Amino acid sequence: MAKEVTGTTWTVYDANTMTQAEIYGAVLCELGDKHPNIVGLSADLAKSTKIGVFGDKFPERFFNVGIAEQNMFGVAAGLAKSGLLPFVSTMAAFTAMRGLEQVRTDICYQKLDVKMIATHGGVSFGAAGTTHHCTEDIAIMRSLANMTVIVPVDGIETACAVRACVDHPGPVYIRIGRGFEPLYYTDENYGFQIGKAVTISEGTDITLICCGVTVLQASQAAQTLKEQDGLSVRVLNMHTIKPIDEEAIMKAVLETRRIITLEDHNIFGGMGSAVADVIAKSGKGCAFEKVGIPDCYCVVGYPEDLYCHYKLDSDSIVDKVREVMGRDFEEDESWEDEV
Amino acid sequence: MPITDQEIKDLKETARRIRHDIIDTTVWAGGAHIGGGMSMVEILTILYFKYLKIDPTRPGWEERDRVVLSKGHGGAGYAPVLANRGYFDRAELKDFNHFMSNFGMHLDSLKVKGVDVSTGSLGHGLSMAVGLALGARLQKKEWLTYCILGDGECNEGSVWEAAMAAAHYKVTNLITFVDRNKLMIDGLTEKVMSVEPFADKWKAFGFIVKEIDGHSFRELADAIDFAQGEKTAPVVVIAHTKKGRGVDYMEDEVKWHYGSIDSELAKKAHASVDRMD
Repeated sequence: MAKEVTGTTWTVYDANTMTQAEIYGAVLCELGDKHPNIVGLSADLAKSTKIGVFGDKFPERFFNVGIAEQNMFGVAAGLAKSGLLPFVSTMAAFTAMRGLEQVRTDICYQKLDVKMIATHGGVSFGAAGTTHHCTEDIAIMRSLANMTVIVPVDGIETACAVRACVDHPGPVYIRIGRGFEPLYYTDENYGFQIGKAVTISEGTDITLICCGVTVLQASQAAQTLKEQDGLSVRVLNMHTIKPIDEEAIMKAVLETRRIITLEDHNIFGGMGSAVADVIAKSGKGCAFEKVGIPDCYCVVGYPEDLYCHYKLDSDSIVDKVREVMGRDFEEDESWEDEV
Repeated sequence: MPITDQEIKDLKETARRIRHDIIDTTVWAGGAHIGGGMSMVEILTILYFKYLKIDPTRPGWEERDRVVLSKGHGGAGYAPVLANRGYFDRAELKDFNHFMSNFGMHLDSLKVKGVDVSTGSLGHGLSMAVGLALGARLQKKEWLTYCILGDGECNEGSVWEAAMAAAHYKVTNLITFVDRNKLMIDGLTEKVMSVEPFADKWKAFGFIVKEIDGHSFRELADAIDFAQGEKTAPVVVIAHTKKGRGVDYMEDEVKWHYGSIDSELAKKAHASVDRMD
């Protein structure tokens, strides 16, 4: 059970004892006090997604529509049209796929203020298998006009994102994990802002652009590479996939000339593709690699094993950086370096 | 208060005017879902000209009743109703479907005054209507939500998800109509995918069912009066209608689900509407 909120910010102590989803539930309760127009919806996953905590506190403002996601997003659209601020929670797979047409046509097309907090994103529900994984949601959600897409690193950033989305107009999709993601942040005071990447570490040799669970792994890899290889690795937390922080990406292109994106998502269409769009548009070249789920349905296993299997763990990231650093693309005669 | 003979007479004339405008809009648009537009004229006319608490000069008025045309392909039937009710000039319908027009086959709530909800993809409207009605109840608002479904649309599973929720949450500030014209694009509903026993389905989902002649203003008025007073369960009005109603060569003809008409056919259509009782 999530505990009652006592303060306005989350500390490492709170986050260490609570999952991402529990923090979400508790923050939503806190927001519910301040904003009487907030209502909650779930589709028989009130307990799993922790929006049920809000339902316990505000029973008249919470609607469990049963196992009927299409109806849930339609009802949310209607509630938003009536002047309320719906927060909707089910698993990522059922938000981005089962309920997609309602999310797109009822919510995004009408620019409605509906906030979707989708749990069990990526392969975080590892052992459940492909039906309960969602390695397509970032690609799907970022192709919906009017939508904002956020993938928080951990419980603390989830708190930041949930708080921030209240005042952010239009539909917002916040993708979190199953709840056992290790913490990166120690408190909320690091300047979270929708659409602005956070620099985890400065660096000049290569940039690792990450979101969600890969941020912690990349930051550990950067430390190892500094100590063992003397490399200066920039790590960016690209928590907002849409609108993406073009400035931070271009700065990385121009200052480090090598970029690796890391995400718990299919390598096609996700954060890496969003970054690639920006680089391609600029006409500036750089060494570029996307690491994620390599266009397949994920094997079964615990998430930490899956992240190792798909090379999203810190050791694999170290290897990948060494490989990319070894490329002598700047010596290539056909390569015209504009910088 | 029961509907008066004079009211019925006036509503019939309004409906006739709207039917003429639907014919013209079909010509201007280069084609339209005219069959299903014609079948729901009485439903929309009695709502917009007798029952709805609305102010066309203030389309965003918070206290207004809401309408969700879940059979969103009825746009060319709906827009003339809104024009006649004063939301915009009838002349605006002349660019229906044209490049950059505010009016497309399926009306956009962000572009067309008086349209509360964008619809078009079938099976979405009742869910949004349930959300609107729950929102009104939660905020202790008096306004009502009306939803109009197509009968073929009721093949969509999401309609029944919404129906289940409406009954579960006892959403009685919502009044649902089904335009039961018995035809869908590919033929008779009962041949393509039968919805019967239709009333029993709604009853089994927890609705109170009123089956009426959907072209009779008296029966529509009785059904709406009943539904407004019913507070134990949501009410669905199954309005038995004729697709293409009012245009003799279109009535009950599946090919007029969507069609284009030239000036000759338009003339015949207008003449037929003029002959209506």
